[in-house]
Amino acid sequence: MDKKLERILPRVQKPARYVGGEYNAVMKDKTRVDTRVAFCFPDTYEIGMSNLGMRILYGVMNNMSGVWCERCFAPWGDMEEEMRRANIPLYALESFDPIREFDIIAFSVGYEMAFPAILNMLDLAGLPIRSADRPDLTPLVIAGGTAMYNSEPMADFIDLVSLGEGEEVTVEIIELYRKAKREGWDKQRFLCEASHLDGVYIPSLYDVDYREDGTVKSITPKGGAPAQVTKRIMRNMDEAYYPARTIVPSTEIVQDRTSLELFRGCIRGCRFCQAGYVYRPVRSRSKELLVRYAKEAIEDSGYQDMTLSSLSTSDYPQLVELCDELEPLCAQKHLNLSLPSLRADNFSMALMERLQKGRKTGLTFAPEAGTQRLRDAINKNVTEEDLLASCRRAFAGGYNAVKLYFMLGLPTETDEDVLGIADVAAHVMHAWRESAVNKSRGVRITVSTSWFVPKPHTAFQWEPQISIEEYERRVKLLREAMTTKTVTYNWHPSPTSFMEAVLAVGDRRLCRVMEAAFRRGAKLDAWEDYFSLERWMEAFDECGLDPHFYANRRRGRDEILPWSMISSGVSESYLWREHEKAFSGETTPDCRTRCSGCGANLLVGGKCDV
Amino acid sequence: MSKLRLLFVKEAQASYISHLDLMRTFHRVFPRAGLSLRHSNGFHPHPLLSIVLPLPVGQESDCELLDFETVEDSDGAGVADALNTGMPAGIRVLDCYPVVRPVKELAYIRAEMELDYDRGVPEGAIRAVEALFAREEVLVEKRTKHKELAQINIKPMLRSLTLAETERMLRAGVVVMAQNPGLNPAFIGAAIAGYLPELAPDFVRVRRRALYDAEMKEFR
Repeated sequence: MDKKLERILPRVQKPARYVGGEYNAVMKDKTRVDTRVAFCFPDTYEIGMSNLGMRILYGVMNNMSGVWCERCFAPWGDMEEEMRRANIPLYALESFDPIREFDIIAFSVGYEMAFPAILNMLDLAGLPIRSADRPDLTPLVIAGGTAMYNSEPMADFIDLVSLGEGEEVTVEIIELYRKAKREGWDKQRFLCEASHLDGVYIPSLYDVDYREDGTVKSITPKGGAPAQVTKRIMRNMDEAYYPARTIVPSTEIVQDRTSLELFRGCIRGCRFCQAGYVYRPVRSRSKELLVRYAKEAIEDSGYQDMTLSSLSTSDYPQLVELCDELEPLCAQKHLNLSLPSLRADNFSMALMERLQKGRKTGLTFAPEAGTQRLRDAINKNVTEEDLLASCRRAFAGGYNAVKLYFMLGLPTETDEDVLGIADVAAHVMHAWRESAVNKSRGVRITVSTSWFVPKPHTAFQWEPQISIEEYERRVKLLREAMTTKTVTYNWHPSPTSFMEAVLAVGDRRLCRVMEAAFRRGAKLDAWEDYFSLERWMEAFDECGLDPHFYANRRRGRDEILPWSMISSGVSESYLWREHEKAFSGETTPDCRTRCSGCGANLLVGGKCDV
Repeated sequence: MSKLRLLFVKEAQASYISHLDLMRTFHRVFPRAGLSLRHSNGFHPHPLLSIVLPLPVGQESDCELLDFETVEDSDGAGVADALNTGMPAGIRVLDCYPVVRPVKELAYIRAEMELDYDRGVPEGAIRAVEALFAREEVLVEKRTKHKELAQINIKPMLRSLTLAETERMLRAGVVVMAQNPGLNPAFIGAAIAGYLPELAPDFVRVRRRALYDAEMKEFR
């Protein structure tokens, strides 16, 4: 380890996250590899190491011979300050080598508010942030992840965007890069060639023109780049790499357990949910394979907690059978299973009982909206009766805490819908009075609301976010209606959600704003500790752009959306149909009940295996 | 069921693993090696293991001890090798054996310190430091559990101190009390910086070398 680094580590919080060396970290001899990848996550170690995608692609890349993929995370502010003062450039955790010396710098981006951290990490690495200021092929700066489904606000900084699931396309990109290096291509030649890979979007190969009103006039591909790039998926989940042998951090991370990925995609079609659309179609792993992976992962890691992960775990067709087969492993290894993402309409109390083994903590449900009308409009397809029945079963089974998540500002929301949230909470309270087995312990009902953010590639991509004043009015309205004493109401006065909305639907003119905000100090803006709305507003002023044009404007059906060169496989006409149905209060059945023709089936050759 | 003790090295990157994180790490290392630890019987069963003398973050050690209880009977043979296949870099088990001596008999720690002077060791440093620690009372500021600053006299907890000079470095061999109360050798560096500001080191490294009982015999 570097002497300079040794000097600063005792002065920073949680130094273990800056030194690597964890069990299963991949070490290779750097003189024996030809391609070095710095796999960067634009957030802290604790967040990044909790990301399953990171673990999958780390394994995939390191399984390529001649390639060494190392990890790199955003340092917390104290560490960044010390690094800058000591002149330590951003380094990779495995070798401690500066990432600017690597061949490829790859970012995994799941959240728009992580954009400034990307710029800060490039800067901390000692690299120019703008793609145009990095004329050489090496280092190549690439990015993927769900936030890249609209990469326009990052278009000037990222050389290459990988869309969708990265297991195959990442390998193709690296192989093409190796060829380019071997044959001495320049960066431009490489980018043009790379634009022919399915799922690869090269922002610099598209010219975007704007109308006077600020909307997009045209998007013109050049250099042979395709008019539209469609995301990549793994067609068969049983053939997709699962990181059974994966790094076990030596310091606590957010998801400090084994994550068993049951399936990708979601059958539900909630109209606000970006993940629900962009991960389509649904593809499950077979139960037999999951049991094998679970055993391997638990034996290798020594973890005693495992999450059965997916977008909606209770929708896994053989969930009960899977849990049955995992039971011997649980008994033998003191293993606890946790099931996040349960739906109030189909979760099995019997299953919860069995899994939690006496630990009756709390249950969490996300009805999202307070009235049936609005739940229909967003296609949540959960009724209040479903929710209350689940709560009654839980209370009867000895649970005494329920958390309920809602959104404020959903399209078509009225005051009646807002007040409906208080009613739902009161009804849950009533359900407790009726069904609780032991009332002496009391009950805790927590209602949390967040501020709806319209996301690209969803049915609500044309919708505005409500203004901050209106959001605060609705919060106040709800707060005053929450009269039940045992109900705790949590909400955040979160200007972050406003900026998230701006960046989510932004165009590439925002690159200037991004840079201005970064120059003014924006970095870990996903954290309230660092986010500053004033800083962003100053950056917008400096660039002569209006953030409200992005966040608070209704986009027209005929408008060219800034991200329309990117396809998740779900057609825009389907999204628009869903948008129209939201306003007429019409629901769409889940994919298992009936195919609604979203278009994602074409990614798997015509028929989804739901 | 057996009560066993591990003797292990904690160095390099692993010196930044905090006490709580090290516990968490060992909770996983044992099952990884196929060893079943006894669990507590409470509502939230947890594996029974304890680290004898937690090592301050950033320090290295050749003589860390960890006590644990196994479900099956064992004399510890083969345990060290089994554990070493699944360790983070910088932790290496040297030995595993049945617990014979109780922890309360552990009295002293021998540690080696390196005090860096980037512009060379100032003239007369050894004499000045020796004179400092010849005093009855050497006070350093320490943050108490209640986050208040308190002055503590470290002299009674320092059993011996030997100094040697090498290029840009003072090497100190110290023997300090291990517990009730124990002295973190880093405070010796802090005392030098406090009393002799011109001799304030640029950096201080600490490595535990050995553990002793009250008779200065090796404690295992």
